[in-house]
Amino acid sequence: MAQLVATLASTHHPFYLKATTLPPEQQMPQAAEWKRKVEAYRETLARTKPDILVMIGSDHFHQIFLDNCPQFLIGKAPRYDAIFYNEEREFGIPKYVLEGDEAMSGFMHQHLMDQDFDFAFSNELKIDHSIICPIITVRPQNDLPVVPIYTNIFAPPLASPRRFYNLGRAIRKAIDAYPSDKRIAAIGTGHLSLELGGPRQFMETGPDPEFDHRAIEWLRNGDIDAILDNVDHASMAKSGNATHGFLNFILMLGVAGPEGADYVDNLDLFHTMEAYFTWYPKESAA
Amino acid sequence: MSKYYVNKFLFTVDRNPDYLRRYTEDARTFVATWEQSIGPRLNDAEMSSVHSFTEAEREALINHDYVALFEMGAHFFLNLTIFIGIYDEVFMAKSGPLAFQKEFALRLQDWRDKDYPSVAT
Repeated sequence: MAQLVATLASTHHPFYLKATTLPPEQQMPQAAEWKRKVEAYRETLARTKPDILVMIGSDHFHQIFLDNCPQFLIGKAPRYDAIFYNEEREFGIPKYVLEGDEAMSGFMHQHLMDQDFDFAFSNELKIDHSIICPIITVRPQNDLPVVPIYTNIFAPPLASPRRFYNLGRAIRKAIDAYPSDKRIAAIGTGHLSLELGGPRQFMETGPDPEFDHRAIEWLRNGDIDAILDNVDHASMAKSGNATHGFLNFILMLGVAGPEGADYVDNLDLFHTMEAYFTWYPKESAA
Repeated sequence: MSKYYVNKFLFTVDRNPDYLRRYTEDARTFVATWEQSIGPRLNDAEMSSVHSFTEAEREALINHDYVALFEMGAHFFLNLTIFIGIYDEVFMAKSGPLAFQKEFALRLQDWRDKDYPSVAT
């Protein structure tokens, strides 16, 4: 069977590439520290020598729109173009092409369906920065095939925090059951407290630093009970109108299982708290 | 009211450099064209007759009035991204990085401690 070798959950900051590649005199003061932290985080993936990346992100109205809006979707294609015109324009992220793994996508889709997660799917999925940001940060050589999974964190009504956690558990079971000798890493991105297009956007800190610190401790300790006791859609909205990206962290904790993280780091940046977690599996989820 | 149709406007224009340029240069003319020829498009062959703007929605789009659009429940991400596309460079040249984003937030300060208008459609 395939082996899950690492679970990574992090924020995705679309300005990382631009912020760390500008001429030094134009860089923000935290750019060097940010780069150092990201490169250290990158090693937590590299040392596990993965063969395939299962990547969890959320389309930001790039391919998916309100005329046809799935809660959960899996890509099943031989490769994936990535980055839309408006992301190049706003963030300075170039185009990418990612190799797919149709066999694993197909297995994952069927296994999730068999576990009562009725996924939508796409045979022609163009990926956006929610999945390219972690390629830039943790696998910039872009040399591995991916199985992309999208969640809806944007267009209400959203699935519950418990459903996101249980989906993570189901993804873990599918990885563990995949009949292959491949080494799999699961990588997901989301947000801590975040405001976009509202009165609390682009402040010196994220909109709710207290939530950010609590969330980091919950994830550090693998404390899913505390998360489910404290986090619901209304509480996330109070922490910032785009805080629902935290649901993807909950999903990733489901992939890892309710265990303490093996690597935790964070960085307080303008308007957001960046956070980086890695779990190495202790036992299978089956 | 059609939050969906306002979002469809923001979505279709933000992703298309030609539409974005026309909306930036002459919003009133472009919004009229969008309502006639772009908004009703379901796909390359089919048209939809379902949605239309209210007068208030039309005026908010013509005036690049992101405060009014926020208050109508336009999706926060679409409402921010398109106007960053239009105003970011102009504000940056005058007042430095993130100047437009900070101005956007400042103009919404009355909402800071209230429940925001729902973006559900």
